[in-house]
Amino acid sequence: MPFGRNERIRFSKIYSLSCFRPSTSDEHGQIGQKGYSRVVYCNDPENPEALQLRYRGNYVSTTKYTAVNFIPKSLFEQFRRVANIYFLVVACVSFSPLAPFRASSILFPLLVVIGATMAKEGVEDWRRRKQDIKANNRKIHVYRDHSFSQSKWKDLRVGDLVKVHKDEYFPSDLLLLSSSYPDGICYVETMNLDGETNLKLKHAFDFTSSLHDDNSFHKFKAVVKCEDPNEDLYSFVGSLSYNGQQHPLSLQQILLRDSKLRNTEYIYGVVIFTGHDTKVMQNATDPPSKRSKIERRMDKIIYILFTTLISISFIGSIFFGIRTSRDLNGSYGRWYLEPTRTTALYDPKRPVLAAFLHFLTGLMLYGYLIPISLYVSIEMVKVLQSIFINQDQDMYHEETNRPARARTSNLNEELGQVDTILSDKTGTLTCNSMEFVKCSIGGVAYGRGMTEVELALAKRKNLGQVEADVGDNSGSHGQKVIKGFNFRDERIMGGQWVNEGNSDVIQKFFRVLAICHTAIPDVNKDTGELSYEAESPDEAAFVIAARELGFEFFQRTQTSISLHECENGKKVDRSYELLNMIEFSSARKRMSVIIRNAENQLLLLCKGADSVMFERLSKESQPFEDQTKNHINKYAEAGLRTLVIAYRPLEEEEYTKWEQEFLKAKTSVSVDRDDLVDAAAEKIERNLILLGATAVEDKLQKGVPECIQKLSNAGIKMWVLTGDKMETAINIGYACSLLVQGMKQIVITLDSHDITALEKLNDREAIAKASRESIKKQLMDGRSQLDLAKSSAVLFGLIIDGRSLTFALEKSLESLFLDVAIDCSSVICCRSSPKQKALVTKMVKEGTRKTTLAIGDGANDVGMLQEADIGVGISGAEGMQAVMASDFAIAQFRFLERLLLVHGHWCYRRIAMMICYFFYKNIAFGFTLFWFEAHASFSGQPAYNDWYMSFYNVFFTSLPVIALGVFDQDVSARLCLKYPMLYQEGVQNILFNWPRILGWMFNGVLSSMIIFFICKNSTIHQSFRSDGHVIDYEILGVIMYTCVIWAVNSQMALSINYFTWIQHFFIWGSIFFWYVFLIIYGYLNPAWSTTAYRVFTDACAPSPFYWMTTLLVVVATLLPYFMYRSFQTRFHPMFHDEIQRRRSEGSECEGEVPDRVKDKMEHLSERMKHSHSHREM
Amino acid sequence: MEVDAGTTSAVGTDNQPTPVLRGRSKAIHQFTQQTLPACKPVLTPAWVIGTFFLMGVLFIPVGLISLHASQSVNEIVDRYDVDCVPDIFKNNKMAYIKNASVSKSCHRYLKVHKHMKAPIYIYYQLDNFYQNHRRYVKSRSDEQLLKGLGYNKTSSCEPQAFENGLPIVPCGLVAWSLFNDTFSFSRGTKKLEIERKNIAWKSDREHKFGKNVYPFNFQNSSFIGGGKLDTTIPLSDQEDLIVWMRTAAFPSFRKLYGRIEEDLEEDDIIVVHLMNNYNTYSFGGTKMIVLSTSNWLGGKNSFLGVAYIFVGSSSILIAFIFLLLHVKNPRPYVCIFLKDEGQFSNGCS
Repeated sequence: MPFGRNERIRFSKIYSLSCFRPSTSDEHGQIGQKGYSRVVYCNDPENPEALQLRYRGNYVSTTKYTAVNFIPKSLFEQFRRVANIYFLVVACVSFSPLAPFRASSILFPLLVVIGATMAKEGVEDWRRRKQDIKANNRKIHVYRDHSFSQSKWKDLRVGDLVKVHKDEYFPSDLLLLSSSYPDGICYVETMNLDGETNLKLKHAFDFTSSLHDDNSFHKFKAVVKCEDPNEDLYSFVGSLSYNGQQHPLSLQQILLRDSKLRNTEYIYGVVIFTGHDTKVMQNATDPPSKRSKIERRMDKIIYILFTTLISISFIGSIFFGIRTSRDLNGSYGRWYLEPTRTTALYDPKRPVLAAFLHFLTGLMLYGYLIPISLYVSIEMVKVLQSIFINQDQDMYHEETNRPARARTSNLNEELGQVDTILSDKTGTLTCNSMEFVKCSIGGVAYGRGMTEVELALAKRKNLGQVEADVGDNSGSHGQKVIKGFNFRDERIMGGQWVNEGNSDVIQKFFRVLAICHTAIPDVNKDTGELSYEAESPDEAAFVIAARELGFEFFQRTQTSISLHECENGKKVDRSYELLNMIEFSSARKRMSVIIRNAENQLLLLCKGADSVMFERLSKESQPFEDQTKNHINKYAEAGLRTLVIAYRPLEEEEYTKWEQEFLKAKTSVSVDRDDLVDAAAEKIERNLILLGATAVEDKLQKGVPECIQKLSNAGIKMWVLTGDKMETAINIGYACSLLVQGMKQIVITLDSHDITALEKLNDREAIAKASRESIKKQLMDGRSQLDLAKSSAVLFGLIIDGRSLTFALEKSLESLFLDVAIDCSSVICCRSSPKQKALVTKMVKEGTRKTTLAIGDGANDVGMLQEADIGVGISGAEGMQAVMASDFAIAQFRFLERLLLVHGHWCYRRIAMMICYFFYKNIAFGFTLFWFEAHASFSGQPAYNDWYMSFYNVFFTSLPVIALGVFDQDVSARLCLKYPMLYQEGVQNILFNWPRILGWMFNGVLSSMIIFFICKNSTIHQSFRSDGHVIDYEILGVIMYTCVIWAVNSQMALSINYFTWIQHFFIWGSIFFWYVFLIIYGYLNPAWSTTAYRVFTDACAPSPFYWMTTLLVVVATLLPYFMYRSFQTRFHPMFHDEIQRRRSEGSECEGEVPDRVKDKMEHLSERMKHSHSHREM
Repeated sequence: MEVDAGTTSAVGTDNQPTPVLRGRSKAIHQFTQQTLPACKPVLTPAWVIGTFFLMGVLFIPVGLISLHASQSVNEIVDRYDVDCVPDIFKNNKMAYIKNASVSKSCHRYLKVHKHMKAPIYIYYQLDNFYQNHRRYVKSRSDEQLLKGLGYNKTSSCEPQAFENGLPIVPCGLVAWSLFNDTFSFSRGTKKLEIERKNIAWKSDREHKFGKNVYPFNFQNSSFIGGGKLDTTIPLSDQEDLIVWMRTAAFPSFRKLYGRIEEDLEEDDIIVVHLMNNYNTYSFGGTKMIVLSTSNWLGGKNSFLGVAYIFVGSSSILIAFIFLLLHVKNPRPYVCIFLKDEGQFSNGCS
C-alpha cells in the first residue's frame, strides 16, 4: 500500500489550507430563512421530524422520459416542429369530407415518421436509463442498526451515516465527519465536476474527526441546518449543531457527489443532499444545444415551401370559387354535379365559403410539397454519419485506445464549413507531458538536446540547411527512456557534476528541485522503482530530474523530506526537516519551502516564474544574473517553460518572528486571509540568492505542424489561445507552422515603458486609460500595415498578450481588433485566461458570422468549447471535462485534419445535397398534383391513388436519399486530403447557397411540368393499346406516377458521384419496388385497391405506349439538369469537378507537378493572395 | 438509362492501401472505412458528347417509328352537338334538350378518306365535361356496384344515394349522369353491324360490377340525369355503364362505344343514326363521334413521335454546341492547392 507510509502524516501541519476556517459571513445569519431551510438530522433519518420533511431519495434519473410519460412527452417533442404540426392537423382534418384522400393514407406516413423518430428517442433514452440503473445500484456502506452494512446508492436517505472507501465515488453530497487520517483530512478528486485532476483537500471538524468506531457513532447525533439545494459548486452555507454548540459549515467539510476519494483509506460522512438535490445533479443542465447553419437555413426553406403551398392553394381556391359560382348559371351549369343538391363544399350559392373550404383541401392536397420525412431522414443520416466518424481507423489512437467520438450528431455538416479554428496550446498542440531538457546553473547552460522548436528556429535562420545532425533527442543512446526526462549532458550526468567548477551551486540547485515540491513518492513493490504522484507534470519532471542526477527524493513524512544523495560516489541518506510550505498559486507564481537541514541551517528554497523571481533576488552578489537571464530568454525562444531556482539562508530570529506572523495570518478568519498570507510570504521570500533556471519542454504532438499546414492550405484560419509567455507562444507558433518564414508579425503588448512607469504609481484608472490608448494606437498601426501590404503578397500574424486582450475585447476596441485580426492569417493570444478564451471565441463567432471551431483539452477550455459553433475536445491527459463539453472528441490534434477535410467535407456535401434533393423530389411530385388540379377545375381531386402518394416519401424515394446522405463521396478521402482547397466549398457554402437551393427548386418545378405535360399531351383522347382502350383517370395516374418515380430516382443517380452496390441497390430497388407494389396492390380486393385494381397487369404493362412514354418523360426530365451539369463541369467547374477530372485522367497520380504547371501556379498564387485579401475586406 | 450507365471510370482505383483482409471482414472493413469499390462517373467531354449523341441516335428513329405508327392510324372525327339541333332551337338549345317531346333523332354523314381496316373503334368524345371533378369522382360506391342492394353504406353517393326513401342501384352522380346518346351506322343502305360487347375492361366486368346486381330505383326522380338502365340485365353486362363509370382523366375525353368488325373502303359514306339525348348544352360542352383504327401504339396522336424526335434532335444539337465550345475554349483553371509546401497551385476563375 503506497499510502500506508503516509498514513500518519499530518499534512495539516504543512498545508496552509488546514488552518482554513470558514469566515463567519452574513450568509450564515440567513440559515432557517427562505432559501436556507434545509434541516438534516444526522444519523437519525427515521426521526419523525425528518420523515416529515420528505426529502427526496438518492434515486437518480437522467432519462428524458419515463415508461409512463414516454408516449405523450415524446409526441409533444415531435410536434414542436412546425412541419409535424402541419401534418398532424392535416391528419385530423383528413377525417372530415374536406380531405382529398382517405384518412388512413395520410396517417400512415405520419405514423411511420413519428414512429421512427420515437424509436430513435427511445433507444437513446434506454441507454441513459441503463447508466442510471448502474449508478443507482452501486454499493455503499451505510450505518444502520448500530453497524455498517452494504446498501445500494438509491436507498440512501438524508441523514444517513456512510463510510466511503478509497477510490470510491461519493454517493451523494456528504458532510465529512472523519477520515482515516487522525486529523480528519481527506483528498478528493473532482474530475467529474470541474475536470481538474489535482487532488483537493477536505477537512473535518476537530470534534468529529475522532469518530471512528461503531460505538462512537451509536451516540452520535447532530443537526445540520443549511441552504436549500442549489447549483453553486463553490459555496456552501450551513451550520452544524453538535453537543449543544453551533459550528458554521463551509465547503471544506462538504464532499460532493461524483467526486472520488483519493489517497485516503476511508471517510465517514453524513448524507446532506441526495439524488437530484446534489450539487452535481443541480448542475446537470443539458449542454447548449447547437444547430448547424444548414439546418437553420433548411427551416427557412421549409417556410418558403409553406408559402408556396399556401399561395398555390389560394390560387386554386380562387379559380375553384369562380368555377363553382358559375354552376348555377344556365350557360355553364354542370348539371352532372347536381349543384342544386350540394353540400357547402361545392355550393355555388356560397362560392366564397366553398372557396375557403377548398383552400383547406388544397393545403392538404399540396402537402406533398413539404417533405414529411425530411427531419427524420436527416436525423437518421446524421446518426449513421457519426457512426462512420467513430469507426474511422485513421482517427483511432492506438496508444490510448481512443477512437474519435461524435458526441452529438447535430453538427456533422458544420464540420465542413469551419472558417476559424480557435485552439488551446497545452495538451492540444502539445502532449502535455513535460520533459526536463535543459537547465542553467550558476550561469552555465547544461543540456544538449535540441527541441522541435529549436529545429524549426534553426531551419528558419538557415533556411532549412540544418538537417538532422542533432539526431534523436529522445535520449536513446543505449540508455533507457525515462518519462519526463530528456536531458543529456555528460558534464553533470552520472555524478560528474562534482568535477564542475561550480559544483556547490549545482548541488544546491538540485536539492531545491528535490525538496521544493508537493509530490509524494510511490514505490512499486515488485520492481522497487520509485515514481512520483505530483500535482502537475512540470513538478514530476523536476523531481525526476533531481533523481536522475543523484538527488533521489524517496520519502516524505509529515515533517521531513528524505533524499538519497550521491556524495563522493556513495549514496547518503539525508533528511530535511520541513518547517513551512508556501504553496504555488497562479497569482504568486512561485512556491517556497522552509527547511532545516542536518547542519541545523534554516533554508528557504524557492522556485518560480522569472517575472516574479528576479525582483526578489537580493541586490548584491548575483554573479550570474545576466547569464541566467540570457539563458532564460534562449529557453523561452526554444519554446521551453522556464522556472527560476533560488534559495536563501535564514537567521533563526528572523524565522521565529516571521513564523508567528505567518501562522497568525493563516489562522485568521477574516475575508482578506489570503492577502495576509501572501503578505507574510512576501516578507520572507526576498533577498533570494539565484541558483539557476530550469527548462522543461512540452513536446508538440505528432503531426501537428503538418496538420496546421494542411488546414491553412484549406483556407481555415487558425487562432491559438494560450496561457504561455509571448516568446514561447511565438516559437511554438513557428514550430507548428502557424507562423511561417516571411510572415510579418503585428505584436500588441502592454510592456512599454510608459505603462510600466504608470504601474509603479499604481493608479489604476490612469493605467487603464493609457493601456487603452496604447492598444488602440498599436491596432491602428497594424491596420495601416495591413492596408499598405494589400497589394503585395505578405502574410501577417497577429500576436497579442492577455492584458492587451482585456482592453482589446472592450466594446470600443473590439471591432477594430477583429478587423485587424481577421486580416491576419494567424493569430496568437498569449497569457489568456479561460474567460478570455471564451470571449475571443464569442467575438470571432459573432463578428465574422462564420463557423468557428474551438479545440481544447482542459477544463479551462470548456467555456471556449461551448461558445464556439463546434467544440472539439482532445481526450488527452487533462481529464474528461473538455470532452464532456465537446461536440466531437478526438485523441490527437492531427486527427482534426481528417475530421474536417474528409468527414466534414463529406458530411457537408451529403447533407447539402440531400436537403436540396429532398426539396426537388417533393416539389417535382407536388407540382404534378397542381397541374392536374388545373385540369380538374381545381376541385381538389388528387391525380394519384391515395396509397401511391402515402408511399412516395416513405418507400419509393426515401432510401436512395438516405444512401446519398450516408455514403456519397465526391472524391475519396485521399484526394480530400491532397487537395485541401476543396474544403472551401463548405466554407463558402457553395453547395447550399440560395442560387443552388432555388435552382434545385426550379428544377423540381421544371421536372413536374415536363412530366405532366408530356403525359397529358401524349395520352389525351386516343387509345393507347391496340384493343382500342383509352386512357382514363386510373391509367393516367399510374403513367404519371411511374414517370415521377423514375425521374426523381434517376435524377438521384445522375447527381451522385459514387456508386457502390448500395446506391445501385437503393435507387434501382426503389423503382423496382414501385412495380412490385403496384402488382401486389392491384391484386388486392377492389374494395382495397380501388383505382389501382389490376391497372398495371391488365392495362399498362401490355401497352408499348406506357413504356415508351416512361422513357421519353424520364429522359426529357433529366435533360435540363444533365445539360447544365455537363456545361458546368466543362466550362465553369467546381473544385470537386476539377479533382474528379484529374482523377479520371489519372493526372493526379503523378507525384511531381510538371514545370509548366508549376510556373503557372506560382504566378497564380500571387493573384490568389490578392484576391484572398480583397475578399476578406 | 444510358445517361449514367456509361460514364463509368476508375473503379476503386483510389482506395487507400488497406491491410490484406479476406472475404467478409474485408467487405466490412471497406464498408466502415467508406472505401467500398465504387464506380465514379465523371462528366468528361467525351462522355458528355457521346451520351448526347447516343441519345439523339436512339431517339430520332424511335420518334420516327412512333410517328409513322400514329400516321398510319385513320380517324374520322365529327362534331354533332350543334348540327343536330333543329334550326328553330338554335338559339335555345336548352329548350331543345329539355323538351322530351322533340325528336332527338339526327343523321350524320361521314366520308371515309382512306381505307380503314377492321376492327374500327367507335368512340364518343365529350369536351368540357369534368369527369375528374372531385365531387363527381367521389360520388359512387364500388361496394354497391359489386354487392348490390345488400350494401347500404352508400353515403358517398350523395346526392344520388336514395330516392323516395329507397336506395338507388347503381348510386351516385357518375351512374346518374350516364351518357345516353345512341349510335347506329349504315353504309349505303346496308346496316353496319356494331359489336357492343367487350368494350369495357375485363377486370371491371369481372371483379368490380356484380353479376347478380340489377339496377334498382334508377333514374326515378323528377330530375333525370342521363341514361336509364335495363333493370333485367345485371350490372356486369351493362358495358356502357362500366365504360362510363371508369372516369376520365381530363375534361376532354373519349369513351369506347363499340367496334365495327368490317373494313371501310375509301370514299365510303357512312351514315350515323344517332339519338342526341345527352345534355352538354347547359355547360357548353361538345360531343363528337369518332371512328378510328388502332395499331400497336394505339390511336392517332403524333405527340409522342414528335416529342421523341424533338428530344433526340435537341440532344444532337447540344452535342454539337458542346463540341464546338469545347474545341474553341481552353479549359478554365480552377484553384486547387497542391501538396508541395503550401504552394498555391493556381488561381480562381
